[in-house]
Amino acid sequence: MTDETRMPPLLDLLGAHRDLLLDAIPHAKALGLELVDIFYANAVVKLPYNEQIIGNPETGVVHGGAVTTLLDNVSGVAVFCAIEELTSIATLDLRIDYMRAATPGKDITGHAHCYKLTRNVAFVRGVAYDDDIEDPIATSAGAFMMGSDGTRKPGANLSEAKL
Amino acid sequence: MSAPTGLLSKLDQSSLQSFADQIPYAKFIGVEVQMAGGELTCKLPFKDMLIGNPSLPALHGGVVSAFLETVAILQLICDIEADHLPKPINISIDYLRSAKPVNTYARAVITKQGRRVANVHAEAWQADKTRPIATLQGHFLLARRDAAGG
Repeated sequence: MTDETRMPPLLDLLGAHRDLLLDAIPHAKALGLELVDIFYANAVVKLPYNEQIIGNPETGVVHGGAVTTLLDNVSGVAVFCAIEELTSIATLDLRIDYMRAATPGKDITGHAHCYKLTRNVAFVRGVAYDDDIEDPIATSAGAFMMGSDGTRKPGANLSEAKL
Repeated sequence: MSAPTGLLSKLDQSSLQSFADQIPYAKFIGVEVQMAGGELTCKLPFKDMLIGNPSLPALHGGVVSAFLETVAILQLICDIEADHLPKPINISIDYLRSAKPVNTYARAVITKQGRRVANVHAEAWQADKTRPIATLQGHFLLARRDAAGG
């Protein structure tokens, strides 16, 4: 992944709210996701190992769903590191390939790169690994809709008419 | 559904719920099992900690995905004679509507079961079953007694 020397266009905004990027998201907070690094169109987020995220109690291997949550979330942050104007985003689709079981007891790092932005859609690739990014646990490919809430006000999706 | 052996002692709601509760992440997000008429439906009761977009608000896409993946695995446990948990090979999730902060339900159908791999389709909905909020298509590696997988 390139662009390591370029900063996100919204760095001032993101930088000022760097901790809020994840802390404002209740489930990211529940999992203890930590922002490790951001640069242009890229984000690195850590998922600390925790017994609550185990998927196989016999082996202690982390649940695929927790890895997916990490990759979905880090992909979204990567989009925010690529865009020039703040907007809302929503995951359109996400494909995850699970290469191997995560090593029990180890934290998992997710690194995502928003490699293409169009007016409406952001395309993001991601990788999750523990020790070595060249030995991934999982990779992801996702598409995100931008301006997903349009002109809707917060809570507008809750009205009966939208159900 | 075939009579299960190995992971489940009985194919009923309480056996399946206690099995699901042994999966820490499924218990963490709060997956509940409902077995009626031989069909499995899972419920994800709403909790604040499942939110991914606080301004809409909407459930975290990862939570919806993890829920669908868990439902797919539980359906496989019901339908195959497994000694070990099926392992996800890959999954593809389509997010169709925003997941509101209410209870979510899901069902899975095994599209094709091979000797080593099963293809599973799962759907999640909230107020209206005919308006799914997300679908999952996935391949799972089976570790059956007569297969070398795992």
